[in-house]
Amino acid sequence: MHDAVIDYERQMGMENFHPSLVRGPAGADAEPGRERRPPGPEPKLTARGVNFYYGSKQALRGISIGFSRRRVTAIIGPSGCGKSTFIRLLNRMQELVPGTRMEGEILLDGMDIMSPACDPPELRKRVGMVFQKPNPFPKTIYENIAYGLEVNGARDRNLIEEKVVDSLKKAALWGEVKDRLKDSALGLSGGQQQRLCIARCLAVEPEVILFDEPCASLDPISTGKVEELILELKKDYTIVIVTHNMQQAARVSDRTAFFLMGELVEEGDTERIFKAPRDRRTEDYITGRFG
Amino acid sequence: MKNRRERLIKYLFAALAFSSLAFLAGIVLVLFLEGLPVFRTVSPWAFLTGRNWYPTASPPEFGALPLVLGSLWVTAGALLICVPLGVGSALYLHELAGPRRRAVLKPVLEILASVPSIVYGFFGMVVLAPFLQNAFALPIGLCSLTASVILGVMASPTVASIAEDALGYVPRSFREASFAVGADRWQTLTRVIMPAAGSGISTAVILGMSRAIGETMTVLMVAGGSAMIPRSFFDPVRPMTAAIAAEMGEAPVGSSHYHALFAVALLLFLITFLFNIAAELVSRRYRLRLGLSR
Repeated sequence: MHDAVIDYERQMGMENFHPSLVRGPAGADAEPGRERRPPGPEPKLTARGVNFYYGSKQALRGISIGFSRRRVTAIIGPSGCGKSTFIRLLNRMQELVPGTRMEGEILLDGMDIMSPACDPPELRKRVGMVFQKPNPFPKTIYENIAYGLEVNGARDRNLIEEKVVDSLKKAALWGEVKDRLKDSALGLSGGQQQRLCIARCLAVEPEVILFDEPCASLDPISTGKVEELILELKKDYTIVIVTHNMQQAARVSDRTAFFLMGELVEEGDTERIFKAPRDRRTEDYITGRFG
Repeated sequence: MKNRRERLIKYLFAALAFSSLAFLAGIVLVLFLEGLPVFRTVSPWAFLTGRNWYPTASPPEFGALPLVLGSLWVTAGALLICVPLGVGSALYLHELAGPRRRAVLKPVLEILASVPSIVYGFFGMVVLAPFLQNAFALPIGLCSLTASVILGVMASPTVASIAEDALGYVPRSFREASFAVGADRWQTLTRVIMPAAGSGISTAVILGMSRAIGETMTVLMVAGGSAMIPRSFFDPVRPMTAAIAAEMGEAPVGSSHYHALFAVALLLFLITFLFNIAAELVSRRYRLRLGLSR
């Protein structure tokens, strides 16, 4: 029986489930029937009926959406539609903003990330994030990446070095920086800084990567490199990308969700959304009638 | 017509702005003019390294070393108090205190900074000195420890407020970046925010130091006043400022004692000047590190 459960979990890609995420006996009541759920395309990350408030102002209304493994989901919509707010809920980054409140559920592998048993640092390790503006630390290139490993308890110098090199390679930055790992990261170009931030995110081996308008401050060439990278990373990670650039959504994503005024208007395969939107508002937005 | 008026206004404000430069030049000039004549009586070397300050003996001895060391000693002690107190308050205010506690604490700190130094001195004399005397079984409560504690508490609001500004300059994106890789609050604070604000915090400490070393009334009242080279924090000392304040009234104008006191003042000015230059250099480096211009 025990073996069967392990097999099932492996099949479901759950072998990465971190028991440390669930502290103490709370793990038992997390979701009793989880093991027996039939196999299927169960999303890695699911939002159910999410409402979000800044003070008394409601920014998100009843958002329900799932993000599948090895897929890129793009969230598009005009400025102020709540797409950044939403993505920042997925790794509990938004709760750092004072005076905010969330309702509803967000499940990572079936575990409620808002439950008291979920430790935000552990969650953020599993759900990495790349921000709108490249935000390397004022440290060396090497230290920028080693930081994530060190705060998560890595002590072995050789292992850290190996992972730093590995992450830089995965982020397609190694060739450009291998001779200046000890230089300040602030000396890199904007596009390089953003790929460094991606490398920093990869180093802690997340399962999900959230991109919050990662190319908003980059030139077209750097944007192209980041997009290529996202397509490459898709093979191993669950990816959610917020973008205000519809061409970008069309280029990199498998699924697209359209947000408007805090609501999820429509969600589906990217091609279908762009070719045959079902909702009039989606169509208006995609054809450039507003936004 | 309008042009002339604008030019007039420009000159007026330029004059106001440059007046501070004129005051500074005047002060420096007077310090040099009145201080340097002492070297007709005593060599600069003997003045700086002499261990005996007996300005009214005959012949008088003008060894400023005990005064300089007294100042530095008291200031060093004050640093031990005001760095943890000031930086700790800044960290608490910036990182942990919610808006409500902040709203109470910030004004309290500002009031603490605005208490006149004589009130601090009075408190030191009447409350702290007897307490320390009892607690450590000292022959006298007025000693460098008392002065250090009082100066440290006095300087801590300055340190706290400048250090808090420095923490505030650290971009929010650094904090988010750190949280996003799974760092907790403490790791973020000690490994990202403090290093990023490090030079700003050192500036705060240096400016707090300048405040402590230049403080007069408090040390005059509680430091004990004996011009000896301190060997422990329980020794009474006579810092430079206290010596000048206590002796200037008795020194006949134009006497070598009078000039010696000016020379001490000049020395003090140079020391604080160095502190301020150090603070400026450090904060410039800090701005560069954060990638902010100038």
